[in-house]
Amino acid sequence: MNLEQLPVLQQLMVVLAAVALFTSFVLLEQARLVSAIHAFAWQGVLVTLVTVVVASSGGRAHLFFSAALTLGLKALLIPWMLHRLVRELELDRHSEPLQRPALVIMAAVVLVIFSYWLVLPIVQQELTFTRNIVAVSLAVVLIGLLMMVVRKQAVAQVLGFMSMENGLFLAAVSATGGMPLIVELGVAFDVLVAMVLFGVFFFQIRESIDTLNVDRMNRLTERGDDA
Amino acid sequence: MIRAVYITVATPLAGALVLAGVRRLAVAGWLNIMVCSVTFVAALTLAAGVARDGVVAGSGFRIDAFNVYLLVLTAFVGMTTSVFSRPYMRHVCISGRTTERGMRLYHVMFQAFLFTMLLALSTDNLGVLWVAIEGATLATVLLVSLYRTPEAVEAAWKYFILCGVGIALALFGTVLLYFAAQHVVTDLSMGLTWSTLYGVASQLQPSIMNLAFVFLLVGYGTKVGLVPMHQWLPDAHSEGPTPMSAVLSGLLLNVALYAVVRLKMLVDGSLAVTDSPHLAGYLLMGFGMTSFLVAGLFLHRQRDIKRMFSYSSIEHMGLMTFAFGLGGPLATFGALLHMLVHSLTKSAIFVTVGHATHIANTQSIDHIRGLIRTQPAVGWGLLLGVAAIAGFPPFGVFTSEFLLLTATMQSQPWFTLALLTGLTVAFAGLFRHLHPMVYGPAPVGQQPVPANMLPVMIHLGLVLWLGLSIPAFLASWLDRATGLITGIHLL
Repeated sequence: MNLEQLPVLQQLMVVLAAVALFTSFVLLEQARLVSAIHAFAWQGVLVTLVTVVVASSGGRAHLFFSAALTLGLKALLIPWMLHRLVRELELDRHSEPLQRPALVIMAAVVLVIFSYWLVLPIVQQELTFTRNIVAVSLAVVLIGLLMMVVRKQAVAQVLGFMSMENGLFLAAVSATGGMPLIVELGVAFDVLVAMVLFGVFFFQIRESIDTLNVDRMNRLTERGDDA
Repeated sequence: MIRAVYITVATPLAGALVLAGVRRLAVAGWLNIMVCSVTFVAALTLAAGVARDGVVAGSGFRIDAFNVYLLVLTAFVGMTTSVFSRPYMRHVCISGRTTERGMRLYHVMFQAFLFTMLLALSTDNLGVLWVAIEGATLATVLLVSLYRTPEAVEAAWKYFILCGVGIALALFGTVLLYFAAQHVVTDLSMGLTWSTLYGVASQLQPSIMNLAFVFLLVGYGTKVGLVPMHQWLPDAHSEGPTPMSAVLSGLLLNVALYAVVRLKMLVDGSLAVTDSPHLAGYLLMGFGMTSFLVAGLFLHRQRDIKRMFSYSSIEHMGLMTFAFGLGGPLATFGALLHMLVHSLTKSAIFVTVGHATHIANTQSIDHIRGLIRTQPAVGWGLLLGVAAIAGFPPFGVFTSEFLLLTATMQSQPWFTLALLTGLTVAFAGLFRHLHPMVYGPAPVGQQPVPANMLPVMIHLGLVLWLGLSIPAFLASWLDRATGLITGIHLL
């Protein structure tokens, strides 16, 4: 497809979404938790920017509200809560490099290609612009998923989860111009409650296994039953 | 009539808020029962209204023949479980497994969970449906870890993460659905309402709907407990408090399946004119059959009684998913009936299992012995419950499974063999564990516990009634739901 033929605002949107995808990679590879939280916050800022661009191009007033919601929730509140939790759990110096960084990054690249392949049917309706955005947001979702698989640290897994939510939000805003307001509010509420509960769980996990490395939680397997 | 919807949905929410402030445990237990009863009465009124008017809709809610029977079922099982949970949780609290704060959390979350279930069932908006089902995870996850043992925390974390991821994929599917709707629906604020989408389903882009349905099925399928996304289910059921297991198995799985079926109706409408009109059905059949067979095999190797029955839940959910995938009026009627009888039977079983674990003071199947000797009510309750769930006549599960077998023989004869094998395997799996638990001598010093078997008797009585003769009003009710889902009436 030819990017130059798109209106300037749409080009801007694609670029911002691409940078958001880039932050997903940064997030995936970050060894230190604090830096990962920062990368996540920047991703939130980028999603907000996309929302603002869509709002100003489409004239949908309620999108300004959801932009404010994203900024408040994804770029400020959740990173702040995570920051505080990390400090309380004394994990600010914690760093855990990826086991096989090259392999993981390759897997992420494959996921991006897979996302493009998956949304191929949509291109048949000449919605090249939307296809790009949907593919990019799906890639953000899948990389978040990958992060939850490869990271063994509970906080990092939560970051993966939250970055999945970012991808979903990106898809909703850029492909469809934002979900109906009541849905958006509901989703934001759920994400916020989930974050609070994650915080509770960090302490419960550490209380029960003395670490936040969830790989150590292996009491409940089918094999364990035979023991 | 719309007022009855408000009351049904809002009562548990109000109950949760009030219970948050009640410190006295004795009061909270009774209050919990009262709130649930009010909800149940409101749901019955609503059902009467739907029976009269056909559809009750307004301000984002829409109650038709399909969801109204699930609403009544949800409110009913919620009520009987609250009756069971009062003495049960008191026993838990006295034995020191949880604190008074934990008990308050339990009561609040029990009501919050019922609220999300009823909201998910009654809303017309697919986005709100998503929010409610995610809310159900959030409400129950702290209860799974209520006992704070390492196992419970692990189960809760697994539940949280797996269901969180699954449900996130379902949201992506919802976004795609909304995207497809944008080309068709003029008023965008109605772009996610099910009734609007159903009206224009044939115009929705098949390619997008296909993609959306895969995400939605994997997402909500995680909550249904379909293999291979079922990993959270046995853990969450076995480690959480027993009343929670009863409502998770009896209600949450049903509601998630309800969401899948609603979405299948949209996809079927969209794919009707393409060259693969039954794609959604085939997907459901595949996932359903796999879950059914795999869970049946896993029944054999369980050591934990609650884990065993959670695998039985997966098995039955697989069977229903398969039947909904099969389509056709007979299979759909059977699946709807099976949803009903499975819910009633399984929650009755979990209630009995709760008492049995208190008698034996363990959840390990090897150490639960001689229940009939120690406490005949519990022993016989478990025996009859398992006989019912395994599909023995004259219980209702037999009727629905028989209908499903007939429907399978009609449209996909080869699957009959797999179904019969699966049913036999599951039957053997359940009974080889059951036999030593209920019969035989009781260990020395095993004492009866204060048990309220009334909910179990009511549930099993209803299942028996449904097996002997389905009352006319219920049959016509299910038939209307069948007509709604398949477009063809059975009766």
